[in-house]
Amino acid sequence: MTPGYLFNRLVQLVLILLGVSIIVFLMLRMVPGDSAQLLLGEFASPQELASLRAKLGLDKPLVVQYWIYLRNILSGDFGNSIRTGAPVIGEIMERFSATLELSIMAMGIAIFIGMIAGVISAVYQQSIFDYASMLVALFGVSVPIFWLGLMLIYFFSVRWQVLPMMGRLDMMMDVPRVTGMIFIDSLISLDFEAFWNAAQHMLLPAITLSTIPMAILARITRSSMLEVLRKDYIRTAKAKGMSEMVVILRHALRNAFLPIVTVMGINFGILLGGAVLTETIFSWPGLGRYVVDSLMARDYSAVQACILIFAVLMTGINFMVDMIYAILDPRIRINE
Amino acid sequence: MFHDLMDNRSATAGLIIIILIVITAIIGPWLAPFSPIEPIPLDRLQGPGLIHYFGTDSLGRDVFSRVIYGTRISLMIGLISVVISLVPGTLLGLLSGYFGKRVDSFIMRTMDVLLAFPAILLAIFITAILEPSLTNTMIAVGIVYIPHYARIVRSSVLFLKEQLYIQSVSHLGGSHLRTIFIHILPNAMPPIIVYATLGMGTAVLQAAALGFLGLGAQPPQPEWGAMLSEGRQYIQIAPHVGAFPGLAILFLVLGFNLFGDGLRDILDPSLRSQ
Repeated sequence: MTPGYLFNRLVQLVLILLGVSIIVFLMLRMVPGDSAQLLLGEFASPQELASLRAKLGLDKPLVVQYWIYLRNILSGDFGNSIRTGAPVIGEIMERFSATLELSIMAMGIAIFIGMIAGVISAVYQQSIFDYASMLVALFGVSVPIFWLGLMLIYFFSVRWQVLPMMGRLDMMMDVPRVTGMIFIDSLISLDFEAFWNAAQHMLLPAITLSTIPMAILARITRSSMLEVLRKDYIRTAKAKGMSEMVVILRHALRNAFLPIVTVMGINFGILLGGAVLTETIFSWPGLGRYVVDSLMARDYSAVQACILIFAVLMTGINFMVDMIYAILDPRIRINE
Repeated sequence: MFHDLMDNRSATAGLIIIILIVITAIIGPWLAPFSPIEPIPLDRLQGPGLIHYFGTDSLGRDVFSRVIYGTRISLMIGLISVVISLVPGTLLGLLSGYFGKRVDSFIMRTMDVLLAFPAILLAIFITAILEPSLTNTMIAVGIVYIPHYARIVRSSVLFLKEQLYIQSVSHLGGSHLRTIFIHILPNAMPPIIVYATLGMGTAVLQAAALGFLGLGAQPPQPEWGAMLSEGRQYIQIAPHVGAFPGLAILFLVLGFNLFGDGLRDILDPSLRSQ
């Protein structure tokens, strides 16, 4: 990767993040009423209001206000939650690991099943498996995941009672927190019972969250593989007498990977958005549910912090996808 | 064109679903056996049966009638949201692609910023600021998808601008306005139509998600997402309250996705899915 390409992308990244901060800032100022009142809630004392007004520079021009805002968020000061009075950033950090754990699991399931289904469908094009998996994928992109989650709860937790319906662990159980991710923490403390319990709690939310990315990955893997499988070098590889498996995995899948990587980047955005719904349904104590709870309580400090963090995460992931893309395909960085 | 549509299985299936839904929306009041908002306290939370096909909800309202009436709301949400994103998105894409340079950089970087937010989260943020309601749901969902249309239209314009017939229009002294709207726009339509069709499904899904979170349609409106949200509270004793509105959403979105996939194969052979 050339330094010039990396530099261009980094500049773009910073510009986008600045833009994101401007939008969040302006939108909060667009809410009718006094911003200090909005951020502190209706029960704030006049002293608290006056001190926040001074801190945010609400009597100053908009540009100065933005500058103060930017300086605050860059130093990690997102204000305090009106519900708990604690700094928002601390509350977010606490919940972040829960969302991260769920998203990694969901993405893992989506990649594993989605790509295998896509490859098999392409290799056995127009077979029953191909039709069936593409039909399932079509349902996957059309289904409202909050409904799917509810139905999974109904069947697995209410009717058959084989899996828990909410939370990350049974009420009676706890593991010493190191990373905040219960899977890892329970392994660190060698508590296999907690690990198994956490796995059971994770299954339904992870499946729910993985549905859309899995469906998209299956479809894009299939079409990307079909394109590659027609290429001359695949015929050559087969003609040389290489085994089917080697041709598919080493020659075809590797070259079909570019579009798949792009889609994975898009999927992370879907995953972060999906986390808001999935966490609400399964009472998963992550960032997504925190946003919704904060909105209901009109806790705007918390809401704006979460939205900023989600946007930063998404931009960061897209940046990484661009980098992986450039590493995988030299033509892209040369054309820049 | 019509024969192409009929030859395409995906498009035909999608079209049939869409026609069924539109008919349901039109004749809804004659089709629904009960009022969608009138509570019948004695009939609370009854399971599906011969009188109440989809059962009743916690206020004793007929779920089947509510789902039927909800068809209108969802179709309207889809249509209006798509128009809200399509019109400004197309204009921005046309300007960006046609004029290039600074105009292009400015518009596209702004679009990049909007795309940096996860869609549903931006929609949540906008509705929360504008106050939760059905109208604001449509505005929020519409705004969120503007950048998608701008990008698609821009890339078509970039390609069309280089074509001989477009270049000759400007060489012959055609004004910018004339070149853009009479010569470029009609030729840039196929991908816009495909995306708008698929976008109907996406818009309905997003609006239902907002309704589910309590940020969309407000009670007693029979909006499918809001009905699902109520169903969530009764999932242990009356799963039908949430099950049927969800199936309705799935059916509608499936219809538009199937039709959109089919249209893409017909209108844009270069994107043809194998």
